[in-house]
Amino acid sequence: MAMDKKIFTTPLIKSNPVTALVLGICSALAVTVKLEPAIVMAISVTLVTGFSSFLISLIRKTIPNRIRIIVQLVVVAMFVILIEQFLKAYVYDVSKQLSVYVGLIITNCIIMGRIEAFGLSEKPLPSLIDGLANGLGYGLVLVVVAFFRELLGSGTLYGMQIIPQSWYAAEGGHYLNNGLFIMPPMALILIGCLIWIQRCFQKDDTK
Amino acid sequence: MDTNKNSYTIIYTIVLVAVVATILAVVSTLLKPVQQTNIVVEKQMNILSSAFLAADAGNASDKNSYIQEQFARFVKEGIVVNANGDVIKSDNENIAQSDAFKISPAEQFDIMRKIASAKDEQQAQQLREQLQLPVFICDTPEGKKYILSCYGSGLWGPIWAYISVNNNLSTIYGALFDHKSETPGLGGEIVTDNFRNQFVDKVIVEGGAISHIKVVKGGAKDKAHEIDALSGATITSNAVQSMISMWLEYYMPYLQKLSQTTNAE
Repeated sequence: MAMDKKIFTTPLIKSNPVTALVLGICSALAVTVKLEPAIVMAISVTLVTGFSSFLISLIRKTIPNRIRIIVQLVVVAMFVILIEQFLKAYVYDVSKQLSVYVGLIITNCIIMGRIEAFGLSEKPLPSLIDGLANGLGYGLVLVVVAFFRELLGSGTLYGMQIIPQSWYAAEGGHYLNNGLFIMPPMALILIGCLIWIQRCFQKDDTK
Repeated sequence: MDTNKNSYTIIYTIVLVAVVATILAVVSTLLKPVQQTNIVVEKQMNILSSAFLAADAGNASDKNSYIQEQFARFVKEGIVVNANGDVIKSDNENIAQSDAFKISPAEQFDIMRKIASAKDEQQAQQLREQLQLPVFICDTPEGKKYILSCYGSGLWGPIWAYISVNNNLSTIYGALFDHKSETPGLGGEIVTDNFRNQFVDKVIVEGGAISHIKVVKGGAKDKAHEIDALSGATITSNAVQSMISMWLEYYMPYLQKLSQTTNAE
């Protein structure tokens, strides 16, 4: 059980897929303008990584080695489409905001990476945990980045106004939202800062 | 078993794909009705919002049924008009299933674009006759409103709008904008109340002729016709202006005929 715990905790911070392995950056830039889509994206990716790792691990002994990447792709694509369908049916507004990025979960390197590195060789349950944990590690970065981008870029959090209206220049104040935070480059800079902070505290793991 | 044999690989692939396809087909069929409802409700909400009739949608416990109720309560008529201003079809009941509601503004926009690039007058005329424009008539607490549809291309993808016109057939009562993929925080701001409320009371018909709304940079001065452009989103702002101009021109014959009949009464 102690082993399982480690499987779950390492991907969250120590070997976080985004900050330590620098995977899945593209979608981290695209969906972190607002907190709500970032959270939905985090949940979706977590479910996809978890379930696809689990399923691949379940059938790992039957997969012909020569077509294993294709089999992985089919399984991941199936889960992604399932998620997309459910989002469209039950959280339509959010699925509109995420638009193509839900479909692009397929191309998220974290998923295939974890299946190749873990799911193909380990038992189903640890694979599920590993997948979920990596998804959550990715989601954690997404949420942190989205928090700063939404707060400083739009003055809101989860759609609610946080910076008082009276501060704004339009209402006679001296505050302006920082437009840079809305643009993708700022997400990259924020992720860079996160990596910097992490490497400062994690001297043993320098690459 | 030897999992590397060719026959095994082929059978494995076929079975895997068949299983996955079945799962996806089943889920997609099961969820289709819910997804369709979402799309219809969204359109209903856009139409209602352009006349400020969906303000409580965010607080409603069941948003879908709230919108459907509001729509049934306020939207009284769905009309299809052609580019000559004649009413082709008119429905008084079940507007959400009416022909006017089913018209896809995107398809009409395609026809309009073809008209603009038509080789000669004859071809343009033929295309004009294919046009079908939806009009929704709303009975709001503040009188009868005519809701017109608009659709155009923004910077990254389509943008669309619903514009409600006052009973005087000359000023705008309200407007609603939406977009597929404009830049969040820049062009995407066309959905905000700040932007759309600028359109209230703008004059679109003056002395029986169309008067174009202008989206200008650096502060609108002419309060009857000018809108402040979104900063950093020049292309989206211009797209809004040309979209409204384009559609109003095609709606104009209908509005003219309508004002003649209402004046005659």
